[in-house]
Amino acid sequence: MHTFVQALILGVLTGGVYALMSTGQTLVFGVMRVVNVAQGMLVILSAYLSYTLHQKLGIDPFATIVIVMPAMFAVGVLIQLAFIRPVKRERTEISFEQTLLIMFALAVGIEGLVDLCYTAEYRSITTSYANSSWTVAGYTFSVVRVLAFALAVVLLAALWLLLNKTEFGRAVRATVQNPTSARLLGVDTERIGALGMGLGISLAGASGAVFGLIYPFNANSSYDLVSRLLSIVVLGGLGSVIGAVVGSLTLGVAEAVVAATISPVWAPFTFLVVLMVVLLVRPQGLFGAVERGAL
Amino acid sequence: MTSPRSWFAQSWLVRVVVPLAVLGCVPFVLTASWVLNLAVLGLMYAVLASSWNLLAGYTGYISLCHAAFFGIGAYALALWAGPGTASLSGYGPFLLTIPIGLAVGAAAIPIGWIILRTRHVTFAIVTITLLFMVQTLAFNLTGLTGGSEGLAIAAPPFPAAWFEQPFYYAMLILLALCVVIFELVRRSRLGLSLTALREDEEKARGLGVPTQPLKIGAFAVSVAITAMAGGVWAYYLTFVMPQYAIDPLVMIGTALTAFLGGKGTLWGPAIGALIVVPAQQYFAFRLGASDLYLVSYAAIFLVVILLLPRGIVPSLGEWLRKRRAGATQSVVVPDPAAAKPVGVTQ
Repeated sequence: MHTFVQALILGVLTGGVYALMSTGQTLVFGVMRVVNVAQGMLVILSAYLSYTLHQKLGIDPFATIVIVMPAMFAVGVLIQLAFIRPVKRERTEISFEQTLLIMFALAVGIEGLVDLCYTAEYRSITTSYANSSWTVAGYTFSVVRVLAFALAVVLLAALWLLLNKTEFGRAVRATVQNPTSARLLGVDTERIGALGMGLGISLAGASGAVFGLIYPFNANSSYDLVSRLLSIVVLGGLGSVIGAVVGSLTLGVAEAVVAATISPVWAPFTFLVVLMVVLLVRPQGLFGAVERGAL
Repeated sequence: MTSPRSWFAQSWLVRVVVPLAVLGCVPFVLTASWVLNLAVLGLMYAVLASSWNLLAGYTGYISLCHAAFFGIGAYALALWAGPGTASLSGYGPFLLTIPIGLAVGAAAIPIGWIILRTRHVTFAIVTITLLFMVQTLAFNLTGLTGGSEGLAIAAPPFPAAWFEQPFYYAMLILLALCVVIFELVRRSRLGLSLTALREDEEKARGLGVPTQPLKIGAFAVSVAITAMAGGVWAYYLTFVMPQYAIDPLVMIGTALTAFLGGKGTLWGPAIGALIVVPAQQYFAFRLGASDLYLVSYAAIFLVVILLLPRGIVPSLGEWLRKRRAGATQSVVVPDPAAAKPVGVTQ
């Protein structure tokens, strides 16, 4: 029982971090109809940026987010302007596979650059509090994970406010629901697209430092990570932010419970099994809308 | 279709037999070992892209899990052939790829049944997830796969003088299999059903096309041939390791090759392989095993997708048709066929 509850706590805390990454990914899909398979790689890239800032300038990993997030926002806008917009403008019906392959290629390119700068050696961000933990009623709470979870909650709350309480958020939601109508009603969907892309990737930027604090990483870690994120996004329903949050918590808990009660080797398999069950029962995901041709 | 010229261009002889015969003669002309090594690699990508094309070209489903089946074929061969001496004076492992292909094809039916419930974007996502998961499993299931140390396979006992030739012909047979299946389907009612499915799945189903069995069948055949190529490749390298057997780079290479040559065309994927593989090897040679190689590879891919989104063969076909139209009529009439999305029937 103790093991199970401990795994549950760990799962929720990890799920928070997944939520940070996967909401960014689902947002990019919702706004741009682009499957961001590079999200894992962008998280790793951000982890390396935070690592460097921490190592060279001695900035606290959580504080590096203030620098890394805007930087990754710029990367997102750049990707949108340089690679996605030219394709989107051409033909809409074949652009999805093109943009997916473009993101795939970008992930491979970034992997190459990261390997070049940092070699394939595993890195980890270590701080004075990296291994300390609090004990409450017999259960261990790792300081880093609790701080990471708190960060995720703050950022997701900010995202919720941004999407639901501002004019920009209204425009984004309109673009998600129906790009053509949004355009007809005067929303500059290209601008929203670029900003949405930046926003989604800046969330990867925020989670980089957290990822680096929790796990040792190299460029190759991105593949495992992105497959988890994609499972989460499909589970929640493509384009649904709330779905991504629920999916993150569900899979975070499922993974931790399997790792604690069966074996850590089978933890990635949990994602695959959950994904397959979702496809059997509800192919559009928990919060996904059934769109003609989209599923 | 009635003019002798188009009959000629549509015949089996011109479309299938002659190109395969030309490829069959290559080892007699180019005998240098390094050239043949490159040719085996090129043919492997031609097989991967052509078998991928059997699914993507006909049904429009972009699968990103084929590299996983390539790896499964490689592991199956490694486990079956084992590290001892190769049976049948070295040809045994080639024969083993046949039952492996059949088994993988059979196993792909339930998998296809599940994953083909999704379409378009979701299908691509699910398949890419499958690819990464299988790679993770190959690393983690150390009892079966040997983990990151991999598995060794019996070294092929062929003399150095013609060491590459058996592999070349094995890959060529697989390519012939892909091309013949593609052409047979194209000429049959099946091809029409699949094309209808690709253009509008709902309408096709409404018209009585059994879309689900067709998709699953195309998926199974496609991944079975991919797995066989994986088996041959593993035997050629004499070892299997997770990062090379189940490699996202192989997947991106397969898709790149098919896109560059022309998805949905008979020889497009093979032509793409003829361009991609030498370019890739040139970069690997010039830039060494360094990671600039990855960057250059990604750069080629981006250029191809951005500049030639429809591929060489369809673009060339369109250009030829425009030229011909220009030669017969002084006024250029907009050709409705040219404006349509590229079809299998080209």
